[in-house]
Amino acid sequence: MTRQTLSKILRPIVTLVVMILVWWAITAFTSLPPYMLPSPVTVAQALVAQQQTLIGATATTFSEIILGLAAGTILGMALALAMVFSPLLQRWLMPLLLLSQAIPVFALAPLLVLWFGFGMASKVVMAVLVIFFPVTASFFDGLRRVDIGWLDLARTMNASPWAMLRHVRLFAALPAFGSGLRVATAIAPIGAIIGEWVGSSAGLGYVMMNANARIQTDVMFAALSILSVMAIVLWVIVDRVLKRILYWAPDTIGVP
Amino acid sequence: MTIADCPGIVIEGLTLRFGERTIFQNLDLTITGGQFVVLLGTSGVGKSSLLKIVAGLSKASAGTVRASDGKPLQGRIAYMGQTDLLYPWLTVVQNVMLGTRLRGEKPNLDRAMELLKRVGLAERAKALPMELSGGMKQRTAIARTLYEDRPIVLMDEPFSALDTFTRSRIQELAAELLVGRTALLITHDPFEACRLGHHLVALAGHPAVLGAPILVPGQPPRAPDDPHLLETQGHLMRVLTELETE
Repeated sequence: MTRQTLSKILRPIVTLVVMILVWWAITAFTSLPPYMLPSPVTVAQALVAQQQTLIGATATTFSEIILGLAAGTILGMALALAMVFSPLLQRWLMPLLLLSQAIPVFALAPLLVLWFGFGMASKVVMAVLVIFFPVTASFFDGLRRVDIGWLDLARTMNASPWAMLRHVRLFAALPAFGSGLRVATAIAPIGAIIGEWVGSSAGLGYVMMNANARIQTDVMFAALSILSVMAIVLWVIVDRVLKRILYWAPDTIGVP
Repeated sequence: MTIADCPGIVIEGLTLRFGERTIFQNLDLTITGGQFVVLLGTSGVGKSSLLKIVAGLSKASAGTVRASDGKPLQGRIAYMGQTDLLYPWLTVVQNVMLGTRLRGEKPNLDRAMELLKRVGLAERAKALPMELSGGMKQRTAIARTLYEDRPIVLMDEPFSALDTFTRSRIQELAAELLVGRTALLITHDPFEACRLGHHLVALAGHPAVLGAPILVPGQPPRAPDDPHLLETQGHLMRVLTELETE
């Protein structure tokens, strides 16, 4: 293992350990009551004690996020492609898309729960609402801003409009799409968790609401820590996959 | 391909206007099949627009461009832009075979490799464009142009981004490999024009007009110290200056 990869692995571990130490110090050396801020040890105990509940809740929330991310990405890509194909559609669609983002998901959540029920569907819809827009916006931008020279060249080679889309625009737009997908992945849990807060019978958000009502702050923290680990792991996976796909568009930061 | 097969290009009364502004007006130019013609002009004079019109990429306000044999130009033109225009996600050899990929035809790998050998890049066939130097990228672009095997080749200052020595080598390579095709190169560099062209035409003025074709004696690519070249270069500078001040 080289020194660089070693430090790459060590850095997040050091950050994590330091953060937990600070957290522990605050609980140990101040007189904050545990229901305000439980110590890391209590949270760890809660994690173990509530294992069964937490595992089930994690599976639910994880499924919601993954389904939302998949559906949101597909919807986002489809909308961007549709708008590239038809300027007319773009003029009609764009205000709607902006409207969908102007209304806070929080405000929509009760309605969505009413329409799609207490189950997973309403959470997935909410996640999709949060996720699709960054994907659409960035992918659409990428598809539009293709080097005109690449397109001219393709046209002199008698490429059909379909071939230009498939072989030129799609690839050229991939880096922009990647940025959108990274943002979408980072905010994906928002939709699911909000949905669970507003009305649900399962999931990490539901566990947190319940624990909050019973002042089980340690359980809240346990659920929260699982949620953060999940969000980070998901982001790292998406980032890795994108880097693999975009091998031809490397980071130029750090290159001398 | 023999020279007799090569169609020439006939440009008649070509005019380009953007709103009120006339870029060029009533251009007439006949390029004989198999000739290497260089169109020389200062920047902003409408050279690239002219080439794009000939390539069928944009429309003229008036006038026509046709092939001397009466058949359509479309499908018989290969185009080299101001930059190499390599697709960064394709390897060198995939870039060379771009045309067949875009048309959904079966790629001819043997031919692509043969062309890469001719431009001296056979070993880098699997490299990505970002791993190449500017000169190598431009050589790949030449191989891609030749792979298309079109009788007419249009070039929009394809060598302007290269350093002097690389440019000189690539110019020679292009001139050698394009023998027998009808080529129209546009450039702002009188030296490049005199090295490569059978005929030179100057485009200058506001709105721009074409000067009389200038014949450079001897076969291109001419040596940098060729006396004909130096003489023509001087003449060309004078013609351009006169056209600009008219």
